[in-house]
Amino acid sequence: MKVVIPSVLQSYTRGARSVDADGATLADLLADLDMRFPGIRFRMINEADALRPHVRIFVNREAVTDLRCVLSRTDDVVIVQALSGG
Amino acid sequence: MSETAVPPGSRAFEPLPQSFDVRNAEPVSLAGLTLLVGTKKGLFYLTAGSGRTRFALSGPAFLGHIVHHAIVDPRDRRTLVVALRTGHLGPTVFRSTDFGASWHEASKPPAFGKPKDTRRSLAVEQVFWLTPGHADEPGVWYAGTSPEGLFRSEDGGDVWQPVSGWNDHPKWIEWTGDMAQRNPDGSPIHSILIDPRDARHMYFGTGSAGVFETTDQGASWKLLNTGMLSPGGPDPHPEYGYDPHCIQLHPQAPDLLYQQNHCGIYRMYRPEARWVRVGDNMPRDIGDIGFPIVLHPRDPQTAWVFPMDGTDVWPRTCPGGRPAVYRTRDGGESWTRLDAGLPPRAWYTVLRQAMAVDTQAAVGVYFGTTNGEVWGSIDEGERWSCLAVHLPHVYSVEVADFAR
Repeated sequence: MKVVIPSVLQSYTRGARSVDADGATLADLLADLDMRFPGIRFRMINEADALRPHVRIFVNREAVTDLRCVLSRTDDVVIVQALSGG
Repeated sequence: MSETAVPPGSRAFEPLPQSFDVRNAEPVSLAGLTLLVGTKKGLFYLTAGSGRTRFALSGPAFLGHIVHHAIVDPRDRRTLVVALRTGHLGPTVFRSTDFGASWHEASKPPAFGKPKDTRRSLAVEQVFWLTPGHADEPGVWYAGTSPEGLFRSEDGGDVWQPVSGWNDHPKWIEWTGDMAQRNPDGSPIHSILIDPRDARHMYFGTGSAGVFETTDQGASWKLLNTGMLSPGGPDPHPEYGYDPHCIQLHPQAPDLLYQQNHCGIYRMYRPEARWVRVGDNMPRDIGDIGFPIVLHPRDPQTAWVFPMDGTDVWPRTCPGGRPAVYRTRDGGESWTRLDAGLPPRAWYTVLRQAMAVDTQAAVGVYFGTTNGEVWGSIDEGERWSCLAVHLPHVYSVEVADFAR
């Protein structure tokens, strides 16, 4: 499925704004992304498997925080990096 | 240091290409004596010319990343390891084995393991401190994090493993305190020191408990706080609850430790196992509050500190707005003010990693400020020159002496 990557993580995707990745769940999808682009998952998800503050993941425009969220091949996944502070 | 290297302040704006590598804004090829300047917005380099009379600024690498610490490996003098994060992405480590020309992210950055008891899961917020391992253990590095985690790499900083003897210690919560009470940037492990006579003998400091020591390379830890004062609390000498901002071990006299504490400057002769407050010998109107302390590479009696204002609401700026380094030549028994060349008024702070010395015959002393300046002296502090201005908030300054 298509995954939209925020600019702050595009150094991992060699500049690609959108990449393909697979997974039956959001956790699987993030694992697949990390296989394709090593290191990208840990910048978004900490070792307690929680989304880092300021990272949001939308599946078909719905914000998702549970990594067990079930996905299908036609889903649109958008990763958003909010910014705050100077 | 008659000339001053001023960073290029105005480069023509160029739109970023679609694909770009954030790691090096400009190609660099580092050589010789170089200051590694970690800032809130990236890593800068100040490379010394002949005689250290001029320092050339280059970088930044990792533009937009918070660089807490950047260190060159003294065992090969070419490998660089950098602890960084952006304001919002997770913390990580990058390595370069070619003098900073190219960078590779650690394949397993420091991260806590799953808790072995009922403790809640921990997550590293910042990789705050880096220390190369013992000279007899090439490739070994240690990292201190916030929350207070200790991590070890055995492959030059690529794969980091938790040091379970600390991270899973039964007293970890008791020693590190309530997570909700942490200081704004988190309480880190810092000042990871390794006894040059014995790789198994190490120390570190935390901002919540004090100084810890191990003699079995991290399998077990004991407090080393005797003699320190904890002002303001119900017990002035608790077993733990101190805030050693920076600890140094003298490389030529490794039984001698110095400490710039949140509250005081201390010295310890390790066989005596008692801290002695040598900061009481500082001028009363300056006090002995500060972040950094650095030691002369050969003379164990010589050290430099950068005091800050610990009065009233603790502004932590230069006392009286008059910046100065203080130096002792007698192990802290007396201190000399060194401010020649520094501005008459300034309100910055020098953080604990932001002061460093080189190993030249006349020792160079360097510090970076929270208002983005780097200052240096090539005569052990007698005269200061500004090496760079208009940088971001400086977190760390380390000296690298590259092997070319």
